[in-house]
Amino acid sequence: MGIGAWLEDRLRWRAADAFLRHKTVPVTRHGYVYYFGGITLFLFLVQVVTGLLLLMYYRPTADAAHESVRFIMARVQFGWLVRSVHSWTANLMVFWAFAHMFGAFFVRAYRRPREMTWISGALLLFITLAFGFTGYLLPWNTLAYFATKVGTEIVGAVPLIGHPLLVLLRGGEDVTEATLSRFFGIHVAILPALTTMVLGLHLFLVQLHGMSRPDARGPARSMAFVPAFVLREAMVWLLITGVLVTLAVLLPWPVGEKADPLASAPAGIRPEWYFVFMFHTLKLIPSHVLGLEGEQLGVIAFMLAAAVVLAVPLLVRDDGAGRASRVAAAVGAFGALYMIGMTILGYLRP
Amino acid sequence: MPDRARWCVITAVAGLLWFFSTGLAAAAPAPQTVPEPPSDGCITCHRNLGGRLAAPALKIADDIHVRRGFTCTACHGGDAKAPGMEAMDPKRGFVGRPKPADLPAVCGKCHSSPEIMRRFNPRIPTDEVARFQTSVHGQKLSAGDQRVATCTSCHGVHPILAVTDSRSPVFPSSVPATCARCHADAAYMKPYGIPITQYAEYKTSVHGEALLGRGSKQAPACNDCHGNHGAVPPGVDSVANVCAQCHGSQRDLFTRSPHRAAFESMGLPQCTACHGNHQISRPSDEMVGTSPPAVCAQCHQADSKGGVAAKVIRTALEDLKQSTAAAGDLVARAENAGMDMSDAKLPLSDARTQLILARNLAHGLSLREVQSATSEGVGLSRKAADLGRAGLAEIEFRRRGLVAALVVIAVLSLGLYLKTRTTPGP
Repeated sequence: MGIGAWLEDRLRWRAADAFLRHKTVPVTRHGYVYYFGGITLFLFLVQVVTGLLLLMYYRPTADAAHESVRFIMARVQFGWLVRSVHSWTANLMVFWAFAHMFGAFFVRAYRRPREMTWISGALLLFITLAFGFTGYLLPWNTLAYFATKVGTEIVGAVPLIGHPLLVLLRGGEDVTEATLSRFFGIHVAILPALTTMVLGLHLFLVQLHGMSRPDARGPARSMAFVPAFVLREAMVWLLITGVLVTLAVLLPWPVGEKADPLASAPAGIRPEWYFVFMFHTLKLIPSHVLGLEGEQLGVIAFMLAAAVVLAVPLLVRDDGAGRASRVAAAVGAFGALYMIGMTILGYLRP
Repeated sequence: MPDRARWCVITAVAGLLWFFSTGLAAAAPAPQTVPEPPSDGCITCHRNLGGRLAAPALKIADDIHVRRGFTCTACHGGDAKAPGMEAMDPKRGFVGRPKPADLPAVCGKCHSSPEIMRRFNPRIPTDEVARFQTSVHGQKLSAGDQRVATCTSCHGVHPILAVTDSRSPVFPSSVPATCARCHADAAYMKPYGIPITQYAEYKTSVHGEALLGRGSKQAPACNDCHGNHGAVPPGVDSVANVCAQCHGSQRDLFTRSPHRAAFESMGLPQCTACHGNHQISRPSDEMVGTSPPAVCAQCHQADSKGGVAAKVIRTALEDLKQSTAAAGDLVARAENAGMDMSDAKLPLSDARTQLILARNLAHGLSLREVQSATSEGVGLSRKAADLGRAGLAEIEFRRRGLVAALVVIAVLSLGLYLKTRTTPGP
């Protein structure tokens, strides 16, 4: 019995092989958006591998965290590469996750029967942001410390459950070593577990329903998933690898100064770029609006926006030609422009 | 609406108005209260007199003595309770405006009395008048010179402000200007035949820049070297002790150096012979050597024993300075390229400390001590430089690796691209 037959007898892999060979990807004017999900998935895999390597040396205590990251950067063989790739990948992954979401939104990939695919994807985007927020603190440097302090204070503005949520996140009233070990636990155990489940569901649903075609009424051109699409996707992944390695070598991610909880916050403190649009919005809202605290109002607005993102398939139920789809596209475009505009403003007017 | 209900509404509205108006009043910032001077007869009359006679009463509320409960009669005598001119009756103890020669005694009535002073400030010294008598000002005053500085010349009058009050003429940063009022006045100083350039020189000195430019109250003003109440120019043999109030290590080194005996025999003032007095500029390595601007060249020939020693010290300092600068440059380049150079910064910082130490040791003129410090510093800077070079080599290695990786990626991408051309597409 050959190896193929031996494996087939035990794994029934020929069924998966047959499935992939019959799988097709639509060919459309905006076909590039079909690569965004794959890029995000690839970056996630890079994060898993580099994260596991970093775990070998990282120590999640206030005394040792910063030193261990410094050790990784200076002493561990190719530690600088692994850590810089991990940090750059985190940023690129957030970017591509947003790009994937907006891409899927504008080609209306959330329509029946792909509602659950959309919802699981939106959850994955939120999980990615949570990965970024928790991972940012782990080097325990000044910027991360104060950005986390500000970030968790914003969480504290959530109506009713804000303060308990803040204490839960921080592991106390203030950002301390308890926060560091909590964020570490969330970053390396809870979020990966959640991601495994939601990503598994998301990928399963993508295979189950296949790739969405933007306009069901047009001619149905497509390409084979294997090998045509896989070859193109592999090429994109290679290019992304090149970008990552170039960034890691030419712009190694800095370690920064060790956090000093007794020091005053440095001037111009701001969160990572993907939270700047929210941060700047909160800064622009007046301190009191309609009897509510401005920050509270902003947090409510962002929570509503997140709920709207999750509920897109339930809110837009026409076939793409109706009024709801046009309104949704306009709202989505406004949302994207708002995020970009506020991010730029946040950097121009710190 | 029944009357009772109407009254209830009116009462409630009035109550609310009262409540909020009270709240507003409480929230409004309290007006700043200016302390009123004690309303005794002197102040009341003098304020109404106008002109020169009103001047003493106008700002008297700021006077430290008035704030402590003293009145005009404490210095001028008289009876402040008397309603008219009889308040200034000599029979009532009125002494009028004290003459300059009498001022030390007038002020000393309280300021030389530990019993009185401890009631107001137990830490304040009570020997000011005694020290004033030993000063050049005090001695000239005793000799009948009424133009010299007395208490009010420096402390001001009407009001006399606390020394800690930044408006006081004897607040640390105001002292140089206060002294300069007389000492920079050519006409005023002419009878004494002393220079008038001290203030102009001090302003450009390292001390003047620190005190007047940066507001550093640690920097010395005139009184820190000359004394205040007992002001005299420091004698030749006491200059090092005066400077040692801040520069103790340099004084100790100088005291055990061969310069001490030589300076004494030549009648040279210690620190100031090399550093100057009022115009002390920031010390530099160029001060050591055998050619101008080196101060050693003022006394030593280049080929003399002292000249050779100066050359050796200068060479040692320059070697360390150059090696530290070169190491710093290497470390900075590696750091700017993204390398973590914290391991190199420690020896580099230690090397810079050795340079400071060696510069200080130069005051002791011990070649062995200076060279020991500089060689240790050179060793440390070499260590930092090696780490800097290693960092730059690592950068080079990484960049070569990047090029190799990009070539591999490009070849693989090209292979994939060619493969897609031969594979059935859309």
